[in-house]
Amino acid sequence: MTTAAISMEPTMEPMIPRAHAVREVVKETPDTFTLTLQPQNGTSPHSFRPGQFSMLWVFGVGELPISISGDADKHDRLVYTVRSVGKATNALVSQKTGAGVGVRGPFGTGWPVEAARGQDLIIVAGGIGLAPLRPVIYHVLSHRGEYDRLVLLYGARSPRDLLYRKELAAWARQRDTQVLVTVDYGGLSWRHHVGVVTTLFRYARLRPARSLAMLCGPEIMMRFVARDLEAQGLTRKQIYLSMERNMKCALGFCGHCQYGPHFICKDGPVFPYEEIGPLMDKYEL
Amino acid sequence: MENLERIISDCPFFAGLDQGFLQLITGCASNVRFDSGTYLFKEGAPADTFYLLREGKVALEIFAPHRKPIVIDTLEQGEIVGWSWLLPPYVWRFHAHAMHGVRAIALDGKCLRTKCEENHDLGYEILKRFVQIIEQRLDATRLQLLDVYAVQ
Repeated sequence: MTTAAISMEPTMEPMIPRAHAVREVVKETPDTFTLTLQPQNGTSPHSFRPGQFSMLWVFGVGELPISISGDADKHDRLVYTVRSVGKATNALVSQKTGAGVGVRGPFGTGWPVEAARGQDLIIVAGGIGLAPLRPVIYHVLSHRGEYDRLVLLYGARSPRDLLYRKELAAWARQRDTQVLVTVDYGGLSWRHHVGVVTTLFRYARLRPARSLAMLCGPEIMMRFVARDLEAQGLTRKQIYLSMERNMKCALGFCGHCQYGPHFICKDGPVFPYEEIGPLMDKYEL
Repeated sequence: MENLERIISDCPFFAGLDQGFLQLITGCASNVRFDSGTYLFKEGAPADTFYLLREGKVALEIFAPHRKPIVIDTLEQGEIVGWSWLLPPYVWRFHAHAMHGVRAIALDGKCLRTKCEENHDLGYEILKRFVQIIEQRLDATRLQLLDVYAVQ
C-alpha cells in the first residue's frame, strides 16, 4: 500500500495512535470548536463512514472518543467538532495550528446511508448531536439524485449554541431540503422557532411510509423524538440513533461502554431503534 | 359567516366536528389582524379570547425582573393560541407577541364557554381538543425544563 492509498479498514494496529497535525481550529459556539487534522509523517489518510468516531490522543493529557464531523469524500483530512467540557477536551480545543494529535480509528458502525437511498431522510439533531450527522448531510447533498427529500430538524439550547450556522442557511437553500431550527430559549432578536426539537414535527413535511430517520443528541431527547416519530407513523425499523457512553479501548475489549448486550464502541454507536429502544426504557441501564 | 365557518372547519384543531357544532363556534368568531411587534394579549389581562392563527408567527413570552423577555414557545399558521379563557380565573399567563404580521380568527371565550355550558356535547368536544394541546405543550415544557443540552 502506498502512502496515497486509502485504507477502508481501521488501522492494522488499532491501539496505536497515528500522528496528525492540527491544521485549523474554528470556534463554532462559546464552548464548541471544530478541528481539522491532517496526517503527519507521510502516513496514509483514513477513509471513514458517516457516523464513525475516532479516539483522539492529546499527548500528556489523555484520549477521547470524538465523532467525525467532516466530509467522508475529503480523504486528506479528518474533521471533529468538540465541546470543551473538561480537562482533555479543553486541552484538545486549545491545540495550536501544527500541534500534534494522535488518532486511532475510525471505529464503530456508521449511519445507514446506503439503506436510505431512494427514500426521504429525516435527520433530527440536538445540540452537538448535529456533528456526527453532518457527514450524512454532506453525503446526501453530494449524491443528491440518490435520495429523495431531506428534512433536517435541529434543536439547541439558545441561538448562540447553534452549530454550523452558515451551513444551516446554505443547506436550507438546497432543493428538496427542509431545514427547521429551534432553540429552547430565544431572545427577542431570534426570529425562528422556539421550543424543544420535537415541536418541529408540527411544521416538518414528512412522508413516513417512505422515510428513514437518523437521530443524534442527548439520550432523553432521542427517546422523545423516537416516540414522536412512531406517532407520525414510522416503524422502529425506520429509526436509527447514535448512542454515547464512556468509550476507552474502542474495540469492545475493555467493557467501559457496555450497554446491555452491546458494546457501544464496536456494535454502535449507531443502532437501529428496534434493537436499542427496549434497552433505553430500562432504568437500570 | 360562511367563509369563517369554512376556515374554521379547515383547521386541524376543529377537524371532525359536526356541522352544528361548527355553526355554534362560528357564531363566536371574528377575523382579526395584528401588526408585527404588537401583542395579542398580555400577562395578567382578562383572558376572554383565543386565536386560530391563519398567517404569521406568535411568540409566547415571559418576563422576569432585571432580565430581558424570554421567548418560551412560538406558534404558527393553523395553531391555537391561548387556553386561559377556558379555566378560572380567566387571566393570561404569558404575553403573546406578533413576530410578523398576524392574521387570525379570534374566538370569543365567554361566548364559547356559555355555549359549552348549554351544550355539554360541544363542551366535551372542545375540551378534548384543548386537553390534547395542553398535553403536547406539557410534554414539551418538561423536556425544556430538563435542559438536555446542558453540560452534564
